[in-house]
Formats: sequence, structure tokens, C-alpha cells
Amino acid sequence: MSKLSLIGLGKSFGPVPAVADVDLTLREGEFVSLLGPSGCGKTTTLRMIAGFIKPTAGRIEIDGVAVSSPKFTVAPEKRNMSMIFQSYAIWPNMTVGQNVAFGLKLRKLASSEVNERVNRILDAVQLRHLKDRYPAELSGGQQQRVALARAIVIEPAVLLLDEPLSNLDANLREEMRSEIRRLHDAFRITTVYVTHDQAEAMVTSDRIVVMNHGRIEQVDDPVTLYNVPRTRFVAGFIGRTNFLDGRVDGDRIVFDGFTVPAGSAPAGVAGASFAVRPQTIALHRTGRAVADSGWWVEGRVTERAYLGEYWEYVVRPANGGLRLRVTTTPADVYQADEAVWLEIDPGRIARIPSPEGAA
Amino acid sequence: MITGAARIAEGPAAKAGGASLRVRSFDPLLILWVLLAAALLFLVINPLFRLVQTSLQDADTGDFTLLNYVAAFARPRYITAMVNSLKLGASVTGLCLLFAVPIAWAVSRTDMPCKGAVRMLVLGAFITPPYLGAIGWILLAGPNSGWLNQVWMAVTGAHEGLFNIYSFEGLAFNIAIYSFPYIFIFTAAALDVVSSEMEDAANILGAGVIRTTLRITLPMVLPAIVGGAIVTFLEAIALFGSPALIAIPARFSVVTTQLLQFFSQPIRAEVAAAYAVPLLLITVVLFGLQRWLVRRRGFVALTGKGGERRIMELGPWRWVMLGYAGFVLSLAVLLPYIVLLQAALAKAWGRGFSLDNLTLRNFYYLLFQHETAAQSVMNSFTYAAAAACIAITLGLSIAYIVSRRLLPFAGVLSFIAMAPFVVPGIVLAIAFYAAYAPPPFALYGTATILILAFATRFLPIGYVNADAAIRSINPEMEEAVRILGGGRLLAIRLVMAPLMKRSLIGAWLLVFIPATRELSSAMFLYGPHTRTMSVMLMDMSEEGNFEQLAALGFLLLVSTLVIVGGASALLGRDFMLRRERP
Repeated sequence: MSKLSLIGLGKSFGPVPAVADVDLTLREGEFVSLLGPSGCGKTTTLRMIAGFIKPTAGRIEIDGVAVSSPKFTVAPEKRNMSMIFQSYAIWPNMTVGQNVAFGLKLRKLASSEVNERVNRILDAVQLRHLKDRYPAELSGGQQQRVALARAIVIEPAVLLLDEPLSNLDANLREEMRSEIRRLHDAFRITTVYVTHDQAEAMVTSDRIVVMNHGRIEQVDDPVTLYNVPRTRFVAGFIGRTNFLDGRVDGDRIVFDGFTVPAGSAPAGVAGASFAVRPQTIALHRTGRAVADSGWWVEGRVTERAYLGEYWEYVVRPANGGLRLRVTTTPADVYQADEAVWLEIDPGRIARIPSPEGAA
Repeated sequence: MITGAARIAEGPAAKAGGASLRVRSFDPLLILWVLLAAALLFLVINPLFRLVQTSLQDADTGDFTLLNYVAAFARPRYITAMVNSLKLGASVTGLCLLFAVPIAWAVSRTDMPCKGAVRMLVLGAFITPPYLGAIGWILLAGPNSGWLNQVWMAVTGAHEGLFNIYSFEGLAFNIAIYSFPYIFIFTAAALDVVSSEMEDAANILGAGVIRTTLRITLPMVLPAIVGGAIVTFLEAIALFGSPALIAIPARFSVVTTQLLQFFSQPIRAEVAAAYAVPLLLITVVLFGLQRWLVRRRGFVALTGKGGERRIMELGPWRWVMLGYAGFVLSLAVLLPYIVLLQAALAKAWGRGFSLDNLTLRNFYYLLFQHETAAQSVMNSFTYAAAAACIAITLGLSIAYIVSRRLLPFAGVLSFIAMAPFVVPGIVLAIAFYAAYAPPPFALYGTATILILAFATRFLPIGYVNADAAIRSINPEMEEAVRILGGGRLLAIRLVMAPLMKRSLIGAWLLVFIPATRELSSAMFLYGPHTRTMSVMLMDMSEEGNFEQLAALGFLLLVSTLVIVGGASALLGRDFMLRRERP
């Protein structure tokens, strides 16, 4: 359990920056995800933490001691970290038990202690009965558990996971992401988890780092990240969202087809752009019954789809070209082309920077 | 280059700050890089450099001169030899196309029976050393006495044989019958990936089977065929054994036999070097062309991985195709091996297949009585084993550095490691002579020079296979060791080595086998005590003792088979990777 700090970390391959200006500090025992689309620099960042890649700017510190900088880099084997690889990298020439014991033996522990700790961790991942099997005989999920056991058993200062679930099928993935969180709760190892899957990040993490084009967009806990995205990218990347881009005109905000009082909008950055989650919009057959602070907009259903767990509608406000995505409970049924009222709760929307090029 | 690498690798460490965890100040990989660069300099760069340099120097004074080239090309018969080689290459290539393309098509795309046997026999032709095949054909088609001529005279009552292997046509035929597998392999591989849908598209528009084959299928695999043809041409002009056995008695010369003349006493290495340089240039240019063709057109036409590949039904014609394949393969494999076996077991091969002619005396004589034969068998195998170890070690080290991008300029190492691929064996031998025969090395005739020459000649095979072995293993296997606290060497020892063991032994065999039979480079570098089996065969052929010659050939083949069989049995018993429980 250690404190891990990335300070102004950057990596360029030739003239191309892959990672730039990454500042991040993990508390002891914290679980942080690096989330972003492929090519956003999250894996490069992880491999810099592991010591496989040397940064070209900034530094990495563990408990205040620098381990990576452009000038020198501590070799991966000297960092007391462990890592779970995308391919699992279970050694096929060793049994499950030998794989798991590997890191302990390198630490020159007594064989009785090695044996005891291997058994304990194999119990924790429910693989004790497969201890003497070879990895080729195991299923994907079992191999994944071996990788977890092998990485955790040495009680590393920092545990790194590189898209560990991307090779599993959907059901197993859901099971394993809970397993990873459960093991973290049990062992409290400082963990960095790389993924492009937001659900994985949200289930497992204390905090999520959203990265794009090599830079950090936002660092927050899952709830804040979802409800208060700070950038357009985060709003669009995490969950689904409607963008409302308006302009301030006196004490009103003018959107395409409707206006609202400027004072009712949430505070934040300049401009008048907002991210509105589909489930924060309510649909009504009639207009506003009582005076409240909501934004009420008249519109018409243009598309609808039933997805079992919810209805999804596309509603077009009466006097404009906007198309707003709205989800409702399965009981809330509207017909295509039906006239409806949209109710947007300004308390549940987030103000975000205006699109580039807009006034 | 080397100093640049040193600067890059040392620079950061030298400037490392005063933090408590500090990286070692020197990367041991740098030593490896320097060692490999030195090895390649010694094995590849220096010989080729010395070859060109020797060709441009006066033998006595060392002054710059072009007179060696004048000497090499002044006489009409030297020019004739060059022209003969080109004609030979062209004839061989033409014959090979005739042999290979129909068989490849039949095996790959039709319902011809016995395909497995046909592929096996093509492989048999491929692994037969051409000089052994040439000896077989001397027994088959020697003027008058050859078996085919005997049969012809017996059947027709003619007084003269029909065939004469000691002729330009005989030589071209003999080389072709052992070179056609190159075109076969290229063509069959290309046909194997042409989707039937391409042909269906032509059929649906109204083209028949023949039209489809000629207008659609063949053009699509044409780059592969041409690529195979170029390789065949280059093999034919660089071949030494068959021309030495056939062209010399037939009293005409080709480039390789001419080079041998320059090397007979008094050795005129500078003229040989000048004479060899054009051969090297032709090879480099044509290999470049072949690579370009296959890369530029081949893969465009052969993208289709999807799409099923249906088999064309030939009806009764499938027996005709089988007959043709059987005919070609009888000429290449069956007939020569029958007469070689007969000769090896005969008191006198001309007395035919009778029981009282049977004997094992030839083998006994070779192994226990002949002055140098047993020694040459030993030499062949020890040199080949040593060369294979060197080639695999070098190839593996270079491939590792390249694939892990450990050090700058690794790509240069891989380029140099592949360079011997385009150097004909005979040219390589002359280059080694030029570089290491004179003092201070004075290695001419030693086991060392033979081993190094073999290692260099087959280094590309070692490199390519070692590279494939490394690439087949996910680098994360190694990174997992390191993040858990093991160093790079530990990762190589505990994970990479066990995982690559199997493919490395395979790669070792792929170098070892051709090295046991290597003739053209051995012929120019051997000394009195370092004869290899292949050289021994050539010497014995001059004595005309075909029974012992055939026996020695069989020793070579059988011992190779035993080693390969033994190794694969060993590998088969290796349950290292235990895919499933018994």
C-alpha cells in the first residue's frame, strides 16, 4: 500500500505526444481507473508506471521517492509492483501453483510461507482445486483468476491492470469486475486500472480518470463524473447525453426553439452549453400544472424504441431543429408523432464549455 | 553507428540524479549489441567487402586495378561459360514451369487422387541434394551404359542409346527435375488462398472451366509463379554440384565450373573474385525484383482469406493429371533412388538386379577401410551442427533485440543477417577465401572457415525462424516476470527459453540439414583433413566408382533421416506444454 504520484508526466514518440501533462495522486489503497478511447494514452501511462516505458517529461513517485523521470528509470523488477496483462500472460510451462508462487520465490520467502500464501490466495480466487493444473487446461475466467492471484499474492506496493477483462465474454466480464472490486476491498492495494469500458470503471473504482488525446479530461468519483461532467468529451464519453447549446440574451438563455430564464441554469463555465442526460428529462401529456423551476418545452415524438428495461424516445421541440433523446420507464408509453411536453430539471444538468468555434 | 548507440544508452544513466533508487549505470545489452555487430562484420560484411576489394587489386602489389576484370572476361571461353550459365538458367526455369505449374494446380484445386503422396514426393525431390540426383541420372542416362539406354536398346534393338546425360540438355533437365519444387511451393501456396468465389464470378458470367483457369486463376497467381521462377533461375546459375558432375565430362563450362578452374593451382583468387561479382549482382537484382513482385502484386490479388475454396472436378482427366505428376516424380525421385540403391548394394552396378550381385561391402569399405570417408561423414555432421548452433544463436540474439526494440539501429543488424540470402554459396566461398585465407587469419582449409562459411550461408534461415519463434510468444509473458521482480535474464531462462525450445530445435534442424549437404561453399574452402561428405562425393565421382559413390550418398540421406526422426521423436515426447491431460 503506497502513495503513487504522477507529476507533469509526459511521453512523446518522436514528435508525437502520446501522453502530456498528467498530474495525478493516488491515496494509499485507492483504486483509480484510467478510462478513455483507444489511443488516448491510458496504456502508455500505465506502462510508464510499471517502468516498461521511460517518460519524456515529468516524473513518477512512490511514497515520495522518484522511480521514473526522463533522466533515469527504476527497472520494472525493482518497483515492487505487479500487473495483470491484457493477455493474462500466464506462463504455460508452469502449473497454476508455480505461476502464483513465482513472485514469492523471487522474494526469497521460506517455502512453507510461500505454500501457505499461495494456498490462501488460491482460496480467495476459488482456484485451490486447480493448483496443479497447467494453464492451457483452464477456461478464460480461470486464467484471469490465476493472473489476479499471481499479481496480488506478493502484496505489491501498486497493482496495475491493463484492460484485464477485454478477452472475456460479456457475462464473465460482469462477474470478474465485481470480483476485482471484492479482492480490492479485501487487500486494499493501491490500484491503477486501465479500461475503455465505462461500466467496468464505474463498478470498480474509487475515482475515474478520463483521458483523451493523451491528456486528463477529468478526475472524479463515478457519481460526480456522471452527473457533473466538466467537458464535452466526458459528457459524451460517459453514458449518453443530449447537448443543449444556447446563448445568453439578457436574462434569458436562448436555445434552438425555446428560451429559459438565465438564473435557473446551473452555474459553471462561461457560455450557455449544457449536458442533459436522457433520463433527467420527463415527458408529460399536458403543460406545466404548477409553477416550478423546471424548463418546460412543447414538442413532438419523432422516434421511439422499446428496450425492455426502458422506453427510448426522440422528441423534437416544436419550433426548432433539436432532437432530444429521452428515456422513460416501460410504463410511460407515448405514440410516435404524439404531442408532448418535455420537462428538464435544471438541477440535474451540467454546464459544460461551449463547442469550439461558437460565440 | 556503434558510438551513437553507446551515447544514447549511457547518456541518461550518466546524468542520473541523486535519488535513492538508481538504475545501473551500464546496460549489459550494449555488450551484446557490440558482440553481434562484430560477429556480423566478421561473417558478412568483411568477406563481401574483401571480395570486391580483391577483384579490384593487383594480386602482388595490392594496387588498384581493373586488370582482374579484363583477365576474367578477356577470353572467349570465359564469356561462353557466362552465356552458358544464363542459357542454363533460362532452360531450367522453362522446364520447371512445365513440371511444376500443372502439378501445383492439380494438387491445390482439383480432385486428382493421391494428392498426399504427390506432395510427399515433391518434398522428396526438394530435399534430395542435386548432386546426388545427378549421380542417379548418370546411372540412368549415361551414354549407352545407362539403365534407360539399356532398356531402349533391348526393346528396339538399336545399337546406340537414346539419352545422353552428358550434354547441355541433360544438365538442364537434371537441374530442373530437382529445382521445380521451388515453383511448385510458391504456386501451390498462392492457389491455396485464391477464393473459389473469384472463379464463380467468372463462371456466372459465362466462362467455362478452361477459360476461367487461364483468364482468372492463373493471372491471379502469376506473381507467385514468377517469384518462384526467379528463385529457380538463381538456384540454377549458382549450382555447383550438378554442373561439375555433368558439364565437365561433357566438355562445356558454366560460371560455377569456370570459377573452380580459377581456383585450381595456381589459385587466381583475384580473377575468381572479379568473375564472381557479376553473378552476385545478378542475384541481388533478381531477388530485389522477386520481392517487389510478390509484395506489389501478389498480396493484392491474394487478399481473400474468406470464401470457401471448392475443388474442381476433372472427371476422367484426373487420371491424366495423376499420370503426369507420377511421370515427373518418377524422373525426380523414384527412378534415381532405385538405381542409386541398386548401385550402393551392388558388386558392380552394370550387372543388374540379381541376388548374387548384392553386397554390403561398399558400406563396409567406406566406413571402415577407406582412408577419409568415415572422417568426412564425421566432418559433415560436426561442421553442420556447429554452424547451426552459431546461426541460431546469432539469429536468436538479433531477433530478440529487434523484436523488443531494445537498442537503436537493431534494424541494421537484421538487414545484415538477411544479406547472405542473396549471396550464392560459391560467391560466399570466394569471399571467405578472399577475407580469411591470407594472413593474419590464414584459415584456408581449416574446420573453422568451413563452419563459419556454413553458419553465414544459413544465417538467414536461422534468423527468420528464430524471429518467428520469438514473435509467436506474447512479450507480456516476459513483462509479467519482470513486474513480479525477475530480471530480463531470469525471464529469458524461466519463460522464453522453455516456451521457444520446440521451435528453436526445429529452426536448428532447418539449418543443420542443408548444412550437412552443403557443397558449393565447402568445395572452395576445404583442406586435406576437412573434407565433407559432399566434397568426398565429388572426389569419388572423378574416380568413377559409382557403387561406393551411391553408398556414400545413402549414408548421407539415411543419417539425416535418423537425426531428423530422432529429434522429432524427442520433441514429440516432450510434454512441456501439456495441452490436455491424458
